[in-house]
Amino acid sequence: MFPIVEAEFLAPDVKRLVVEAPRVARKRKAGQFVILRLHDRGERIPLTIADSDPGRGTITIIVQGVGKTTKLLNMLGTGDAILDLVGPLGTPSHVERFGTVVVIGGGLGAAIAYPTAKAMKEAGNHVVAIVGARNKELVILEEEIAAISDELLIATDDGSYGRRGFVTDVLRDRMESGGPIDLVLAIGPPRMMQAVAETTRPRGIKTVVSLNSLMVDGTGMCGGCRVLTNAGARFACVDGPEFDAHEVDFETLVRRNRTYLKDEADSLRRFLEHPEAELEKVRESCRLEQRHPEARCEAGRS
Amino acid sequence: MNTDANDFAPQPRPSKKDRMKIPRQPMPEQDPARRRTNFEEVNQGLTILGAATEALRCLECGDPKCTHGCPVGVKVKDFVDLIAVGDFLGAAAKIREDNILPAITGRVCPQETQCEGCCILGNKFEPLGIGYLERFVADYERETGRIGLPAIAPPTGKKVAIVGSGPAGLSAAGDLVRMGHAVTVFEALHEIGGVLVYGIPEFRLPKAIVRHEVDAMRAMGVDFQTNVVIGRTATIDDLMAEEGYDAVFVATGAGLPKFLGAPGEHLNGVYSANEFLTRVNLMRADAFPESDEPVYDCRGRDVAVVGGGNTAMDAVRTACRLGARTSYLVYRRSEAEMPARAEELKHAKEEGVTVMALTNPVEFLGDADGFVNAMRCVRMELGEPDASGRRSPVVVPGSEFETSIQMAVIALGTSANPLVQSTTPDLATTRKGYIAADPETLRTSKRGVFAGGDIVTGGATVILAMGAGRKAAASIHEYLETGAWEAKEAEIPSPAGRG
Ligand SMILES: Cc1cc2nc3c(=O)[nH]c(=O)nc-3n(C[C@H](O)[C@H](O)[C@H](O)COP(=O)(O)OP(=O)(O)OC[C@H]3O[C@@H](n4cnc5c(N)ncnc54)[C@H](O)[C@@H]3O)c2cc1C
Ligand SMILES: Cc1cc2nc3c(=O)[nH]c(=O)nc-3n(C[C@H](O)[C@H](O)[C@H](O)COP(=O)(O)OP(=O)(O)OC[C@H]3O[C@@H](n4cnc5c(N)ncnc54)[C@H](O)[C@@H]3O)c2cc1C
Ligand code: SF4
Ligand code: SF4
Ligand code: FES
Repeated sequence: MFPIVEAEFLAPDVKRLVVEAPRVARKRKAGQFVILRLHDRGERIPLTIADSDPGRGTITIIVQGVGKTTKLLNMLGTGDAILDLVGPLGTPSHVERFGTVVVIGGGLGAAIAYPTAKAMKEAGNHVVAIVGARNKELVILEEEIAAISDELLIATDDGSYGRRGFVTDVLRDRMESGGPIDLVLAIGPPRMMQAVAETTRPRGIKTVVSLNSLMVDGTGMCGGCRVLTNAGARFACVDGPEFDAHEVDFETLVRRNRTYLKDEADSLRRFLEHPEAELEKVRESCRLEQRHPEARCEAGRS
Repeated sequence: MNTDANDFAPQPRPSKKDRMKIPRQPMPEQDPARRRTNFEEVNQGLTILGAATEALRCLECGDPKCTHGCPVGVKVKDFVDLIAVGDFLGAAAKIREDNILPAITGRVCPQETQCEGCCILGNKFEPLGIGYLERFVADYERETGRIGLPAIAPPTGKKVAIVGSGPAGLSAAGDLVRMGHAVTVFEALHEIGGVLVYGIPEFRLPKAIVRHEVDAMRAMGVDFQTNVVIGRTATIDDLMAEEGYDAVFVATGAGLPKFLGAPGEHLNGVYSANEFLTRVNLMRADAFPESDEPVYDCRGRDVAVVGGGNTAMDAVRTACRLGARTSYLVYRRSEAEMPARAEELKHAKEEGVTVMALTNPVEFLGDADGFVNAMRCVRMELGEPDASGRRSPVVVPGSEFETSIQMAVIALGTSANPLVQSTTPDLATTRKGYIAADPETLRTSKRGVFAGGDIVTGGATVILAMGAGRKAAASIHEYLETGAWEAKEAEIPSPAGRG
């Protein structure tokens, strides 16, 4: 069990949770993620480790409520606990002194990109952060990102904050008028990452993206997270989640992520009818776990 | 099971000639039409009378071939004899001398190529139902609640870490804790059991049985830590240098799924067997939306499973139970070459599985949204025997055809998961990425580190993994007692000489 020690909303439906997970906090590097499960009938979902405090034994996750599990997770607060949490998973970001690194975070991608941007800064890079969101309210981690970047450029779809437009518009301008760029890291919705890849491809600027395929185990056992690259099928949970953007087949990624669209919608609809009942399930699972750690095999059918 | 042994009075042994007239006792099974609609166990277990009658068939050979056929040398003749005289608990204890998971192996061992395949009765009649009997006494023992916990030796003060909780890890843990060592099992998933819980379905191996074994080990003092991926959450070096483990047994299995490499294999609705079975067994996707994890809706659909091993059988029979309209088992050799247990193929056919033998898929086709909707196959015929003596399949020219399907499962076996190897620099591996270990001592190239089960042999069987776990336990014990490692070093392949 992994107790939640801090919880706050950063934006509507976006929550920052600090969770006790000493082993994970000790080992985690930028670019890695955890997989968690909330109750004994819950699914396993991947979430990036946004930050960690090895001394305190905690990790930070930033969660956008998009479906049943993330919305349920966002109902939890201090005093609650997460039943299962495993990590740090995935290959850490490749961090070295590249020179000028542009880090692009679209929507929640800003939270996923933040730890790597920070590590890039610490490695002595000139960090240009481009943060995109639909509107001002959804811009997250602005202060934190400002603190670790040399340039911060913000774009909103509706122009309510920063410049009006997409992150690719900002990137194109920066490519035209700013100094040379050695590396681009783009994290956000697949279509955004694809657009960034197409923007940098003609100039041959090395571009890295973090892929959000569907996952189950996170250890390379199921192959459900496979993505297609020029090198063939790769498993995002162990070979990734970061890949060379110019080698990724984004169409396959987008398509595979749609596999359970109808089920996900059903699940969310049912959940929203009785969210409190699900919350109680989480708490009951954790209570049971505390009292009877030996009762762990609940998925058994008998 | 009716466990009231008072119902039963041992019968006098018939003459050898008369014993041979007793027919092999059939396994009571759930009716095929009914079991297609549920996940309950297919085999219901022999009755007391059935088991006692079956036991009488044994010829009590002077040189029992059955024992030679068993990878861990279960004393079949002796335990069967105890059944015949009505001492079922004694029979169970006799098996446990060599095999600590009899309720599991009795259900899943490929008996027809092991103990039963060697039974002398099989020359003229049906072999003795050794698996059925093994299962019977183990179930009897469990259901009567009379498994005595073995004595635990006084604490040795030594700590052993076990990586992976499949049959290899579990059996090593059970033996080591008995010898007085402090044992911690680290498991990457949220449940204990390895393939026994995420791979083999409930209808073949009820999870309650695995749980029972795990509970017994917990009661003996084994510490189980789920949600720990060795190589990520902690490395082998961390365990030994920082956490004070004196020895480590790596039993991580062969978890990496293989794919065909055929076009269209990444369409939606094409699964690896591991993913499909994990979603259903571990995550209970069959109960969606009561469980959160979904699985492709098979109801009224046509499903193709590619492969001929136990994994393929499990996948195709799971698809049946999820409501598939047609379930094809596509295999490139003939039925006779299928590596699956004979009983699984029989059960699959009874459940309405359509076997497409001598057939190989070459491409998957999809609809406009990218969901698989057909598979293109070629017919195969068996050619000349190859180096291994197996007749290898060759494509029949011009035999291409298309079949409509809406889901496919690839069950072509697995390879080594590299997580531990790639994060333990001084651990030698084989050319294929498995961990190199001495077959007798299970020592690896790294001092204090042992390895066994599928991560050393490649995908094998539960009983072989269990046997490896026990061997490792003995070898670890010896190392912890003597502290000697160097003497054996010569036997271990060095990293330079990767086999
Ligand atoms: C390596 C990795 C790191 C991630 N890090 C974070 C993070 O730090 N914070 C965060 O909020 N989310 C993160 N995600 C995405 C997160 O895992 C999904 O949002 C979550 O699984 C959705 O679960 P759900 O039950 O709430 O919604 P579902 O009901 O499963 O899905 C709801 C909607 O979200 C979409 N969706 C489903 N799964 C994913 C996915 N894996 N990625 C993107 N969209 C998805 C679906 O298409 C659907 O439209 C990460 C994903 C990966 C693979
Ligand atoms: C679907 C299926 C059906 C089968 N049917 C049969 C059958 O009928 N009869 C038979 O004899 N055999 C059968 N087998 C084969 C048999 O299950 C295996 O040979 C056996 O389970 C191997 O045991 P093991 O302990 O080596 O590994 P596994 O059972 O694979 O267990 C390994 C465990 O280690 C964990 N792990 C892996 N990496 C790490 C890590 N880095 N850190 C922590 N934990 C880790 C895994 O999550 C897993 O739980 C079947 C296999 C499958 C997949
Ligand atoms: S362990 Fe397996 S092979 Fe050995 S006797 Fe039992 S069923 Fe037969
Ligand atoms: S070979 Fe068959 S008949 Fe002979 S002892 Fe073994 S089980 Fe009995
Ligand atoms: S999530 Fe299962 S292999 Fe990546």
